[in-house]
Amino acid sequence: MHGDGAKAYPVVGLTWLVLIIAAGVVVVIGILLAIAVFRRRNITPLLLDEKMPLSHPVATSWITIGVAISSVLLLIALVWTAVVFADISNPPRKTAFTIEITGHQWWWQVRYMGHSSDTILSTANEIHIPTGVPVKLELKTADVIHSFWIPALSGKMDTIPNQTNTTWIEADKPGIYYGQCTEYCGVEHAKMRMLMVAQPPAEFQQWWRHSLQPATPPKADDARQGMISFVVHCGSCHTVAGTDAMGVLGPDLSHLASRKMIAAGTIPNTPAYLSGWIADPQAMKPGNLMPKLELTGPELANIRTYLETLK
Amino acid sequence: MADIYERAPRFAAEDYESSWADKLKKIWEGEPGLYGWISTVDHKKLGIRYLVTAFVFLIIGGIEALIFRLQLSVPNAHILTPEQYDQLFSEHGITMIFLYALPVLTGFSVYIWPLLLGARDLALPRLNAFTYWVFLLAGIFMYVGLAQGAGANDGWFNYVPYAERQFNGGPNIDYYALGMIFLGISTTGASINFVVTFLRLRAPGMSINRVPIMIWGTLTSSAANILAVPSVSLAFFLLWLDRNYGTHFFNVDSSGQPLLWQHLFWMFAHPWVYVIVLPAMGIVSDALPVFCRRPLVGYAAVALATVATMVLGFGVWVHHMFATGLAPAALAYFSAASLIIAIPSAISVFAWLATIWTGRPVTTTAFYFFAGFVLLFVIGGVSGFMTASVPADWQFTDTYFVVAHIHYVLIGINVFPVVGGIYFWFPKMTGRLMNERLGKWNFWIMFIGFNLGFFPMHISGLLGMPRRVYTYSANEGWTALNMITTIGSYIFAFGILLLLINIFISRRRGRLAGPNPWDAGTLEWSTPSPPPPYNFAVIPTVASRHPLWEDRLGEPGRTFENKGLLLDHGKETIGTDPLDATPNVILKMPEDTPTPLVLSLAMMAFFFGMLVHSWAVMIVSLLVIGGSVVVWLWPRPELGETAEPADV
Repeated sequence: MHGDGAKAYPVVGLTWLVLIIAAGVVVVIGILLAIAVFRRRNITPLLLDEKMPLSHPVATSWITIGVAISSVLLLIALVWTAVVFADISNPPRKTAFTIEITGHQWWWQVRYMGHSSDTILSTANEIHIPTGVPVKLELKTADVIHSFWIPALSGKMDTIPNQTNTTWIEADKPGIYYGQCTEYCGVEHAKMRMLMVAQPPAEFQQWWRHSLQPATPPKADDARQGMISFVVHCGSCHTVAGTDAMGVLGPDLSHLASRKMIAAGTIPNTPAYLSGWIADPQAMKPGNLMPKLELTGPELANIRTYLETLK
Repeated sequence: MADIYERAPRFAAEDYESSWADKLKKIWEGEPGLYGWISTVDHKKLGIRYLVTAFVFLIIGGIEALIFRLQLSVPNAHILTPEQYDQLFSEHGITMIFLYALPVLTGFSVYIWPLLLGARDLALPRLNAFTYWVFLLAGIFMYVGLAQGAGANDGWFNYVPYAERQFNGGPNIDYYALGMIFLGISTTGASINFVVTFLRLRAPGMSINRVPIMIWGTLTSSAANILAVPSVSLAFFLLWLDRNYGTHFFNVDSSGQPLLWQHLFWMFAHPWVYVIVLPAMGIVSDALPVFCRRPLVGYAAVALATVATMVLGFGVWVHHMFATGLAPAALAYFSAASLIIAIPSAISVFAWLATIWTGRPVTTTAFYFFAGFVLLFVIGGVSGFMTASVPADWQFTDTYFVVAHIHYVLIGINVFPVVGGIYFWFPKMTGRLMNERLGKWNFWIMFIGFNLGFFPMHISGLLGMPRRVYTYSANEGWTALNMITTIGSYIFAFGILLLLINIFISRRRGRLAGPNPWDAGTLEWSTPSPPPPYNFAVIPTVASRHPLWEDRLGEPGRTFENKGLLLDHGKETIGTDPLDATPNVILKMPEDTPTPLVLSLAMMAFFFGMLVHSWAVMIVSLLVIGGSVVVWLWPRPELGETAEPADV
């Protein structure tokens, strides 16, 4: 249980508070219960003494005192909750920019909203953010309800059809933060993951400018063949900026080679895994919406080679 | 003979050995054989039937969990396909929450209520048989889906739009939706039966401040069901229309509202959480003091806390929806309400603690289960308190932390009191005591297995493990915790197995119990064990809260010194005034009849007709339904339903 960032710190504090209250209550009641059981235990089980229920103290003061203490603890938790709730409902500073995140069965579409449509940057499953500045998130869904959650950075927020939920996020330290869909959304709910890559602002700017560039057509022969095959076989679902592949059903692959993972953050992006994935996506993530294509061996190899050029 | 309407019953002393008792036995005894079995309206037979059926569902749901715990025991396991996993976890939740948790408590209440109240049956015995059959058939209906590979696959709360046809094409969700509407008929009917019984069938003198807490628990749950079940039946009916006839209630392509589903569902399902724990808490509030050798501390406070919990329980449903983007003001209100609901629970906890502290505990197996329950109740309670805090809940919700919480609530506050209740009332139901030595093993294995299995879920949740994932990767840090959980769940299951073994052994070979083996104070222990078909030879006139402890507690009244009301003109019991229980009518009780079974079978056929869109099946079954209702309601002279009563 740890967090990094202006939004996570107060939540971690609150979580510790309620956890300590909870643990304290369990320990105190547990001890009282143990003493109560052992203190005047009857050692003749079953042979109940007919004369037992004679005098008994009223003992309702237990309830009065117990409820009084409980109420104080509840009040503390309530006040602290209200303070933290108010604290994190708006970002502490102006947000740097807005990222639109759309849940799909079973991957995340990510769009960085710029000033004009030329500067909208599309990517998928790996979200880069600059450190030290809050970023606004607009959460949507293309199909069913999902839930966006980067455990170390912030509380989760659902993506609801016909609704845009807005929240914000901030990371203090550079690093890779893992996240996962947390609302059950179908067979591959378990494999709908994502990465949030927090980078120092300069490095982030560099990534952002690079990612806006369309892909340069490959020079090597096999990669060129791969590009042609890619457009034919994959282009109706996937986009690679600057080519005729302009599909929107699957993740944008314009800079696929620069990503760490494929298949929504679940498989390392290495040549071997990438080949395996293209050859039979249903083997690695059964039920996902990418069909198994009938590709020849050379086609498969060329497509993989081409995708590796998309730095 | 006009005495059916106006007759003052004799007031005299009779016991269970006399020729008087033989006469009553002849009047009340059902027919033997298969016909007797399907036509009985005896609350004792039906109560045990409810308990057995609910335990069968508990075992089925448990086996489902044991299968998918294997899948989760190691990362990247391939024991189940994702679709199989999804159906198993969904059916597990549905089975435990709807087909086990309430029916098992209904079973206890059906069996024990008339005995606690000094009545000869529930107010509506034929309705009682009907609600049992509907429960059984609705459970079978839902399992037909699973048997043909189309079990529910969207979890027990069945969120739209994933449950809509465009994302979920098979009949899976239709089985679940229609099954829930069908089951709702049983729940509502049983609830009405309890409310009417409470109002009219308490023995003379049993004013509302003298009824056991278990009665308060079941009564509040029943009142809540009558208000809450329509919400979920409506939701499932609208969903069925969306899926089958293209309506747009939840369909997002036509501006349907997915959050409407969540509101309708949780407006039912959060009260439901209290519905399936309050009667169980009532069992503890009545039975724990017996083993502490003193009355419950704070009877009035606990009774009022029971009612208060239920009332507040209707105002907290949005805490299941903190992450859906609702307005902060709404979240703040529901957060505060969800914290405040802890106060009535605190009242009960301190009442139980004070009862044990100031008592002289006799450590029987039943006592172990009740004392263990108090600790599990507190753990399940405080994790609920943690999730009531909105910003903290944004971390907890839909993770294994919530899975841990719900299991501490449902197993800790339902299963443990239920098993304790079995050890407590088994002698009453069968005439024999359960084996105490095996019972202690039973308790410790269940208690250790449960905590070993479910406590680590809190930690895997805090480490970020989402619920409802069919697998996870090895580098998350959840591997060891999941293995421990799987091992714990198998140990817990072994504990349940010991319970079953103990029941089977003790049923034939247990020590004879006699009427009151625990020296308890309430009315059911004044009858022989098992009670005769007519329950009470004479209807007692209740003088205090603990009729069998009056001497020792120095109560002014004497319930059993006095004679009781003699009722023997056919099946009769006494009806009393709702508040102070003064007798004001002799109630004629119905004979055994197969009509409830015929009616429920016809209704099941009707729901199958809806499932497959067969108008022929629906129309034929509607005719049978109509015919059964006419037979059921046809005025009978022996029930005093005709203007001129027959000579009986």
